[in-house]
Amino acid sequence: MALDSKVPKGPIKDKWTDYKNKINLVNPANKRHIDVIVVGTGLAGGSASATLAELGYNVKAFAYQDSPRRAHSIAAQGGINAAKNYQGDGDSTYRLFYDTVKGGDYRSREANVYRLAEVSANIIDQCVAQGVPFARDYGGLLDNRSFGGVLVSRTFYAKGQTGQQLLLGAYSAMNRQIARGKIEMFNRHEMLDVVIVDGKARGIIARNLITGEIERHSAHAVVIASGGYGNVYFLSTNAMGSNTTAAWKIHKKGAYFANPCYTQIHPTCIPRSGDYQSKLTLMSESLRNDGRIWVPKNMDDVLAIREGRKKPTDLSEEDRDYYLERRYPAFGNLVPRDVASRAAKERCDAGYGVNATGEAVYLDFASAIERYGKEQAKIQGIDNASKEKIIALGENIVEAKYGNLFQMYEKIVDENPYKTPMMIYPATHYTMGGVWVDYNLMTTVPGLYCIGEANFSDHGANRLGASALMQGLADGYFVLPYTIGDYLADDIRTGPISTETKEFEDAEKDVRDRVDFFINNNGTKSVDYFHKRLGKVMWDKVGMARNEKGLKEAMAEIKAIREEFWKEVKVPGNANEMNPELEKAGRVADFLELGELFAKDALIREESCGGHFREESVEESGEQKGEAKRNDKDFAFVAAWEYKGEPADAVLHKEELEFNDIELKQRSYK
Amino acid sequence: MSGFFKSSIGRKVAMALSAFFLMFFLIIHLAVNITSLFSEDLFNELSHFMGTNPLVQFALQPVLILGVVFHFVMGFVLELKNKKAQGVSYAKNNGAANSSWMSRNMIYSGLVILAFIVLHFIDFWFPEINTKYIQGDMSGMHDGSYRYFHELQHKFLSPARVAAYVVAFILLALHLLHGFTSAFQSVGVTAGRKKAMQTFGKIYAFAIPLGFIIIALYHHLNHQS
Amino acid sequence: MNLTLKIWRQKDASSKGQMVDYKVTDISEHMSFLEMMDVLNEQLINSGEEPVAFDHDCREGICGMCSMYINGEAHGPDRGVTTCQLHMRMFKDGDTITIEPFRAAAFPVIKDLVVDRTSFERIQQAGGYISVNTSGNTQDANALPISKHAADEAMDAATCIGCGACVATCKNSSAMLFVGAKVSQYALLPQGQVEAVDRVKNMVAQMDLEGFGNCTNTGACEIECPKGISLDNIARMNRELMKASVKG
Repeated sequence: MALDSKVPKGPIKDKWTDYKNKINLVNPANKRHIDVIVVGTGLAGGSASATLAELGYNVKAFAYQDSPRRAHSIAAQGGINAAKNYQGDGDSTYRLFYDTVKGGDYRSREANVYRLAEVSANIIDQCVAQGVPFARDYGGLLDNRSFGGVLVSRTFYAKGQTGQQLLLGAYSAMNRQIARGKIEMFNRHEMLDVVIVDGKARGIIARNLITGEIERHSAHAVVIASGGYGNVYFLSTNAMGSNTTAAWKIHKKGAYFANPCYTQIHPTCIPRSGDYQSKLTLMSESLRNDGRIWVPKNMDDVLAIREGRKKPTDLSEEDRDYYLERRYPAFGNLVPRDVASRAAKERCDAGYGVNATGEAVYLDFASAIERYGKEQAKIQGIDNASKEKIIALGENIVEAKYGNLFQMYEKIVDENPYKTPMMIYPATHYTMGGVWVDYNLMTTVPGLYCIGEANFSDHGANRLGASALMQGLADGYFVLPYTIGDYLADDIRTGPISTETKEFEDAEKDVRDRVDFFINNNGTKSVDYFHKRLGKVMWDKVGMARNEKGLKEAMAEIKAIREEFWKEVKVPGNANEMNPELEKAGRVADFLELGELFAKDALIREESCGGHFREESVEESGEQKGEAKRNDKDFAFVAAWEYKGEPADAVLHKEELEFNDIELKQRSYK
Repeated sequence: MSGFFKSSIGRKVAMALSAFFLMFFLIIHLAVNITSLFSEDLFNELSHFMGTNPLVQFALQPVLILGVVFHFVMGFVLELKNKKAQGVSYAKNNGAANSSWMSRNMIYSGLVILAFIVLHFIDFWFPEINTKYIQGDMSGMHDGSYRYFHELQHKFLSPARVAAYVVAFILLALHLLHGFTSAFQSVGVTAGRKKAMQTFGKIYAFAIPLGFIIIALYHHLNHQS
Repeated sequence: MNLTLKIWRQKDASSKGQMVDYKVTDISEHMSFLEMMDVLNEQLINSGEEPVAFDHDCREGICGMCSMYINGEAHGPDRGVTTCQLHMRMFKDGDTITIEPFRAAAFPVIKDLVVDRTSFERIQQAGGYISVNTSGNTQDANALPISKHAADEAMDAATCIGCGACVATCKNSSAMLFVGAKVSQYALLPQGQVEAVDRVKNMVAQMDLEGFGNCTNTGACEIECPKGISLDNIARMNRELMKASVKG
């Protein structure tokens, strides 16, 4: 099947408006005869559920947690971008569009990104009307901060909890519709398959996670908003339950999976402390505004620090290697996420990691504290301030800016980051790849939609800070509710979809068989055992830097782990009860397939772009020597994979990317 | 408005309002009694006024009794409801880690105060009602002078009774220590927050019971037999 | 370190549960409490026993999914953290740790340490929202200036993660800190004024209907709240309800 992105004709700035004007609509009286299933209730799923219900559709929403409010969108700290230009610093829809495409290393679909930038301003209006307590200045107007190395201040924020506040906004809109009976909420339910009838998505099979019951749910359209697949690495900043199952199941039923290799590794996470580690905690990127990143210059010092014979504060300036400032004098510690992450890996691979696992670098606030302290002393008119006084003054400023982050760090690591440098290391954070969708956010299966992090469309090969929240809400509040009407307009005479059909029966049987298999397998190893092994292969060979040999090995190794998993996995307990191990088994089974496709995708993409870095594709000479080298001639396409059984057999379909409104350039941070 | 007092918060507000009334009464009661420490005559005058003024006797007194009964009954009703809301109790619960003993045991300090009130009624209120309304002697006189001061002194002869009073007043102090700020919080004044209010609450909670204790001890030690 | 764990085991909502003792060894002080539970579960799975079911998800203290009553305190002995942020360095080698589910009649146990907190959902559905359409035709966000003070206070109330520690801690199983926080967030913002009367009435009525107890102002909830939600929010809710009742 040829991929049709269905991007409307016309100039980019008019596409969305013109398209909305001509799109088919469903009359309000008919909407109440149409059911829509939404899987996932984070920012994308929650906002979509609320809006669809408000339009008049009957929505059935599914979440594996006990409340929609707990979806992992909640963990986003920094903020949400919107082209409001409240600061009057030259921001515009075009500039946000441009920054997003450039930040994505020119691997996203122009028309989608422009639309995202266009609706971004509306999101802020909507959220304020809902009562989201964004930060404000003393005049009572909304405050902005700058983020992720762009040239304007366009990020709106609510303390360090922007994600939670936006999600609570969407959740409150959902609650209003639940109270009106327009959303039927299924908490603690997990979608385990999609049901296709006559080529159209018509329902799902879900498991009630409390009783273990397998349920059939029908609808006229199905929306997948189940988030990203970062947990394929086992360790990531994702929630423990974040999984790819919904996305992977629809992939197996015909939805193409696009660019799985585009993964964002966030540079500032708290390092792993041991093998028992279950997840990684992100420290906001904003820390790099004031922190300086370094490792010791000499191996002797590295060893001394690891063995506890020396403290980082014992090292003089000459003995420190501020490697980002050394390699990227123009941007220094503020290079984009992918560049900062790879640089940390490079130093640690060379043996300069500063903790016991050898996977940590320092993020040092000493010079910022001193700088702020001197500034404050001047402001307060203190002459000849003592060193202690300057440090105390500086610490106050740093505390005002990052107090909650420093406190979180201290709780986890038990070290005082005001006195000794923080340790950080990159961790998997966000997946730009996902289910392929057209301009309508519909997958290659009619009636099956995919929104938010679960789809691939807006961030290309790398996502800018504060853009994930923007995309989730744009999809859910402002895009999908329009585009889905175009499809559902044909369904007004369909009537209720019966679940008593062969298609539902077959799908349910498959799900039951799989559940029964796990329960009866009586293997010898826990689910986590396999998940950790998969994660290690992914991290070592499909992580921050990839090469052909490693990727081929990874594919073979993942396949081997998968085969062993199906033989040896052990799931205690029963099928007809709450059984967290059974839930995990199903999710890891899907990760074990996705992981292989991920490696395969990375293998065919013989270029370095955004979060995807191929060691074979670097600049050979000149100022950029050793830096990532993109290949626009051969790889300016979306890799959309069609399922054919084994992940290794997946068939590649290319959607060529056209850039009419932006000139392709090499990113340079030197 | 009727719905309001059926809600959990309405009940709590009602509890607080009755508490305010009782706390105000305590001040009046102490103010009258404290005069017995320095002026027998003043005490007698005041007591006679309180005991015979129709407004006090037939308006304030019933309201006070109703207030006391309401405060207790509501206290028990809420306690029972709250017990039910708890369901299964914890095998291990470290209440001291996050709340004061007083706040967690209002029902027990309350019960001791209730027992004290019963004793107090037997000591003073029933004889008083008997003299005034059953025997019909509204004069307040005994052997040619006011009887109030002598009755007061007479009651505090017994060390056991004085001890019981002292214990009850200590419990009253504990009850007030939480109850004062709690009542303000219940009606929406964030008393616990405001430093001055908190200090005032503490002073009140100690001063009122201490006053009563001093009176009891004083008369026990200085009685003219 | 080596520890003895006393854990509440209960097969399902209708079964009777009991405390069961387990031993774990070689626990690192750098582990989070839930990682210690992972170690126990791995050990149970390998020895053919059923692992302990407990709620958890983000493991960074924001989703509000994790619960547990540890040594007599909601989210354990540390302050300002959820169970997932509690670290084993708070305990000593040889300690016995009692681990129970959050207890309240309105939070029935589903299995082991997992409880049903959907009563919170129904309270929110009763009025925890502003009735504004998500149509994208709302007025410009800056058309309505809101004082920084009000916005900050609303934000403080809005930081509630809905974990239920306040209920679990309260000797009366009262949900007033949770409800007070939500009522306060909207009461402090001009957007929330239009529906203020109905909101507080409906939310309080639903709270009562769910069988939560009555607040006696012990202040335990505020101390145990991982997000430090202030008791002021309860006082504000009380005021709001009184105001609403007068207005009719």
